[in-house]
Amino acid sequence: MSAITRESVPALVPMFRFQWEAAQECHVLLYPEGMVRLSSSAGEILKRVDGDRSVADIVADLKAAFPGADLEQDVLNFLDQARANGWIRA
Amino acid sequence: MAGSAPELSGRPLWLLAELTYRCPLQCPYCSNPLDIARYDRELDTDDWLRVLREARELGAMQLGFSGGEPLVRRDLETLIGEARRLGYYSNLITSGVGMDGDRVARFKAAGLDHIQISFQASDETLNDFLGGTRTFQHKLDMARAVKAQGYPMVLNVVIHRRNIEHIEDIIRMTIELEADYVELASTQYYGWSRVNLDALLPTRAQLERAEAIAHDYQARYRDRTKIIYVVPDYFEDRPKACMNGWGSIFLTIAPDGSALPCHAATSLPGISFPNVRDHSVREIWYESEAFNHFRGFDWMAEPCRSCPEKTRDFGGCRCQAYLLTGDAANADPVCGKSPHHDRLVAEVERIDALSDANAAARPLVFRNMPNSRKFLA
Ligand code: SF4
Ligand code: SF4
Repeated sequence: MSAITRESVPALVPMFRFQWEAAQECHVLLYPEGMVRLSSSAGEILKRVDGDRSVADIVADLKAAFPGADLEQDVLNFLDQARANGWIRA
Repeated sequence: MAGSAPELSGRPLWLLAELTYRCPLQCPYCSNPLDIARYDRELDTDDWLRVLREARELGAMQLGFSGGEPLVRRDLETLIGEARRLGYYSNLITSGVGMDGDRVARFKAAGLDHIQISFQASDETLNDFLGGTRTFQHKLDMARAVKAQGYPMVLNVVIHRRNIEHIEDIIRMTIELEADYVELASTQYYGWSRVNLDALLPTRAQLERAEAIAHDYQARYRDRTKIIYVVPDYFEDRPKACMNGWGSIFLTIAPDGSALPCHAATSLPGISFPNVRDHSVREIWYESEAFNHFRGFDWMAEPCRSCPEKTRDFGGCRCQAYLLTGDAANADPVCGKSPHHDRLVAEVERIDALSDANAAARPLVFRNMPNSRKFLA
């Protein structure tokens, strides 16, 4: 499997539901009989993963929301990990 | 967020809704209590809708519709719809009997997220013998319908002495059916399976062989099907972290509305479990004596009380401790540090020595209402 690049277009694997949990104050991923609580940065990234936007779009959008942060490498690393976990396709 | 952490870990994240103990099958390893015949006053639709709402308000995310056979309930579509509206991830845990392709599609439209179908075996005769009724072909059809509707599918097969030799066929069947997850769950010995222990507990040699096969398939099919193999804890020397700790994240509601920290907890004497007919889910979770009974560590006896591992396994399963030692506050005797461990090992060795012919010749007590009434008498 080749590494995720700026041109990749990630999408959530349909088995997973991504949602905000008010009681937990965090985003979660829900799947058959399981759940993952996401850190706030993971939540911000996955919120922008829609099968439409490229990694470059996602990074640009994050930069607009969190100015000053250089996050491209963090986003790529996280998406690689998320794909290895089976959460996304890219 | 000072102060919020303890409460955060103390929320009922999982709600198991045991809608009914009626079931068209009669599996002799069923994890339902022996006194299922007592549960004839089931909660009605409005009670369940309120339970779903209240548990969701406390933070429950995962919802299991289970039983018995939840498909027996005619209001299942309504409950699924409400679960979706409330934001649950909903799981239907079923034998597959009581639905057809149309109902599978209706559940999807109502917002059901996932279906788990159980098989008793990969061989029609054995499957139908163990379930006490002819279901095998229908289960195959339903597994295909579930996939055709685009659900993630878990196939669950409870493993014991009567089917463990078929484990390779079982795995192949689940892969052919394109299961996303396969749970090969060793029988847990309480309730009906405890009655049938001598006939169901596999030998150590059988287990080792089965485990090797399961691991081989796990590695080979990693990208398609996630195979989960659960070892029976009777063969271990540390207990499972039962329910992640009593009253920690799991909430079970039995068909009559009793609220339980674990679906087997009704077997424990001296604890009166609160009912959702009388109390809100919030009161039950935070305030009831039953849910606080084994919370934390203060209730523990030695050797758990001074054991450094207690924060990992919480002393194991309370029901198993009661069943095998007579006191639910003891260490789960699966633990090598328990003074009762030797007795469990001796029992496992006694059963191990039973020849297969001998074990197979033992009559199975099937899980059904007439047999349950005999236990009540
Ligand atoms: S284990 Fe078998 S008998 Fe028990 S509820 Fe499930 S299908 Fe019914
Ligand atoms: S003594 Fe108790 S806490 Fe320690 S490992 Fe055994 S069961 Fe767990």
